[in-house]
Amino acid sequence: MPVVVPTTLAGVFEALAADPHAHLLAGGTDFMVEVNFGHRRPPGVVALRAVSELRSWRIEGDQIVLGSGLTYADLASGAIASRLPALAAAARTVGSPQIRNAGTLGGNVATASPAGDTLPVLVALDASIDLASAAGLRTMGWAEFFMGAKKTARRPDEVVTAVRIPVIDSREDYLKVGTRNAMVISVAGVCVCVDFTNRRVQCGLGSVGPVALRAPEAEGWVAEHIDWNARAVPDPRTYETFGSMVGAAARPIDDHRSTAQYRRHAVGVLAQRALMRLV
Amino acid sequence: MAYENGARENVTYRLRVNGRDHDVAEGWLGESLLYVVRERLGLPGAKNACDQGECGSCSVLMDASLVCACLVLAASAVGAEITTIEGLSTGAGATRGPSATQGSGALTDVQTAFLEEGAVQCGFCTPGLIMAVHDLLDRLPSPTDLEVREAISGNLCRCTGYGRILAAVEAVAVGRRTVGEPDKPAPSTRPS
Ligand SMILES: Cc1cc2nc3c(=O)[nH]c(=O)nc-3n(C[C@H](O)[C@H](O)[C@H](O)COP(=O)(O)OP(=O)(O)OC[C@H]3O[C@@H](n4cnc5c(N)ncnc54)[C@H](O)[C@@H]3O)c2cc1C
Ligand code: FES
Ligand code: FES
Repeated sequence: MPVVVPTTLAGVFEALAADPHAHLLAGGTDFMVEVNFGHRRPPGVVALRAVSELRSWRIEGDQIVLGSGLTYADLASGAIASRLPALAAAARTVGSPQIRNAGTLGGNVATASPAGDTLPVLVALDASIDLASAAGLRTMGWAEFFMGAKKTARRPDEVVTAVRIPVIDSREDYLKVGTRNAMVISVAGVCVCVDFTNRRVQCGLGSVGPVALRAPEAEGWVAEHIDWNARAVPDPRTYETFGSMVGAAARPIDDHRSTAQYRRHAVGVLAQRALMRLV
Repeated sequence: MAYENGARENVTYRLRVNGRDHDVAEGWLGESLLYVVRERLGLPGAKNACDQGECGSCSVLMDASLVCACLVLAASAVGAEITTIEGLSTGAGATRGPSATQGSGALTDVQTAFLEEGAVQCGFCTPGLIMAVHDLLDRLPSPTDLEVREAISGNLCRCTGYGRILAAVEAVAVGRRTVGEPDKPAPSTRPS
């Protein structure tokens, strides 16, 4: 049967063993566009939509573990949103209600588009990715997993099963610029996470490089300019300097959506604005 | 059409659409749910304007969740309850088309409001918008203006400029609130 809809992960591995060339299908929001336009001709399909264990989340030790089958709608409200506000903010900016009902976290991670909206958040929050196959489970840090534009370290027999995010005491947000409010692929996106547990700031940049980037110099500098006991920024000039340092960390290009120059400017402004909202 | 790997992979499966089982025999495995309901099941209500999730004119409910039928792989929708615009009005009787199935042909309150408020011009976007508005008002009976705008943000209309669509949504929300509470006057404005 060239289209299989298993209900368990074990069933997924079994189906992949029977048809190793089958393509994995989650919400279909990237997959079906390629099929409809003739860019993808799957010889077989293993659909993940009925695997309920992938559409759940849990706390495991000091990590929150998000199943890859959670949709943007799942991330955007309820208990996950209150624990991971930046991820919820990113989820709310994706596509339209129809896209948020179907598109999944795992699909965004597996596609690894430079403009994927959850990716700057995962990078800022130091996420790791669970990859499972019949051969077993491995967990990989984001830096090792995201190898380039639409390139990841996932083997073809592996399923992205979960994303792990450390539980910290933080304030965090995700801001995005596009040409309109709904249904827009990011021109620039920034996640800023002010981590009170470890007294550091982490920043993930989207659409300004082949993969989501961090801004280590800006992060290190701004951590020295926060009053961690008061949870405040004593010198208001800090925001602007932080913004321009984040802009300097970008590696943007010109393309049909925007110019490198505008993108660098925009990530800086977004980072500055996010920090002002947070501390 | 040319197919890689030589053979064209076909599949046979059963879909549950508008409360009825439909057999799809020997469809190409990559066919979207939109293609299958329109071309194989004779349900042409959902429209195809983009085939890439951008316009919402193909909106259907899948297990009570609003999705773009063009982005659903039909053969993977086995076991799901699918509702198209044809299945919205309840009751027996036939509409047109080979399936001659769902609905009494009677209009829902949302459909009536769209007509009365002039929210239908060329009508191409209408089935998708009606699906989106039913989905919204079933979840949120008294939406704010922002919630309405967000709920229809995945549905493009090239004709109306949206004003009359917003008025139709408002009319339904007010109408549903007034039904069963005849003594209470309908609020004339919503918080926005
Ligand atoms: C109209 C429209 C608007 C969009 N807007 C945005 C936006 O604003 N921001 C954004 O980031 N994206 C956007 N997207 C892209 C898309 O919605 C996301 O990338 C989404 O997260 C993809 O997830 P999915 O579940 O639909 O994946 P699918 O389309 O099902 O799969 C995508 C790819 O990932 C693979 N895959 C899926 N799940 C797994 C898994 N668990 N393990 C291994 N491989 C897997 C599939 O084999 C496939 O190659 C948009 C798409 C559309 C059509
Ligand atoms: S045809 Fe499906 S969204 Fe346009
Ligand atoms: S009425 Fe023509 S597109 Fe909406």
